[in-house]
Amino acid sequence: MFEGLWGYEHPLSGQFRRLEEELDAVFGSGASLTGTRNIRSLPAGSFPAVNIASTPEALLVYLFAPGLDAKAFDISMQQNLLSISGAREISLDDAATYYRRERFSGEFRRTINLPDDADPERVEAKYANGILTLRIGRRESARPRQIEVR
Amino acid sequence: MATQQNVTQDPEKDSAVRQATKRNESAMRPPVDVYETSDGIRLIADMPGVSKEHLRLQAEANTLTIEGDLVFEMAERMEALYADVRSTLYRCSFVLSSELDTSQIEAILKDGVLAVRIPKRAAFRPRRIEVQSG
Repeated sequence: MFEGLWGYEHPLSGQFRRLEEELDAVFGSGASLTGTRNIRSLPAGSFPAVNIASTPEALLVYLFAPGLDAKAFDISMQQNLLSISGAREISLDDAATYYRRERFSGEFRRTINLPDDADPERVEAKYANGILTLRIGRRESARPRQIEVR
Repeated sequence: MATQQNVTQDPEKDSAVRQATKRNESAMRPPVDVYETSDGIRLIADMPGVSKEHLRLQAEANTLTIEGDLVFEMAERMEALYADVRSTLYRCSFVLSSELDTSQIEAILKDGVLAVRIPKRAAFRPRRIEVQSG
């Protein structure tokens, strides 16, 4: 679905995707064509990675945070500002020789500016296979309404 | 829940990895920790969104290949607003050395973290050599 967004919508989208990837390499993820980023965005490759999607009824936030417990997340939402924090401590084996240590260890926090119609009263969270999925209801009034032409 | 599985050694089963490789999608290289203990090598990989059914491990000749499909919980009429993750395929491979016993590789997948243990052949486990004074 996310690869689809950049992949096949338009004949030009493949080129936009490459451009976007190049921008990511230079400015970090979340960069727009002018290199403008959200003030609370984190550099590319920060832990945990986040994807956000919307449906007419809800916003879906995916947090790619493997190796944690469902209780390890501290989730709060103020108006449309969603904040998720926690810690993943990876203990080292003192007797071992390490060749690679690429996995994140330590405290993390991601603050996400959701669209204004996000309803902090209706948030559901679920953790499975290392992905924290948040489903945030959208306020009724903001939903597009079909207007009948008489 | 932890799930355990053995690594595919049957060359006939190559096709699963090969097919995925042919998929027209750029794979993500998962971040890994690799360390060695006296009895073998441990490889830990972060692969969020991968469940046991969508994980493929293969030791062929002296190369260990790990592949997994990232599966999202989807909803109808969904549109992406922002994406750090833009691929649904993880892949990484490592060349192993001859003292490692590829027939005894064990893997455990839990909460999107894959832990692989590659034991050393018994003859290669270090023995402590006592130095006698005299």
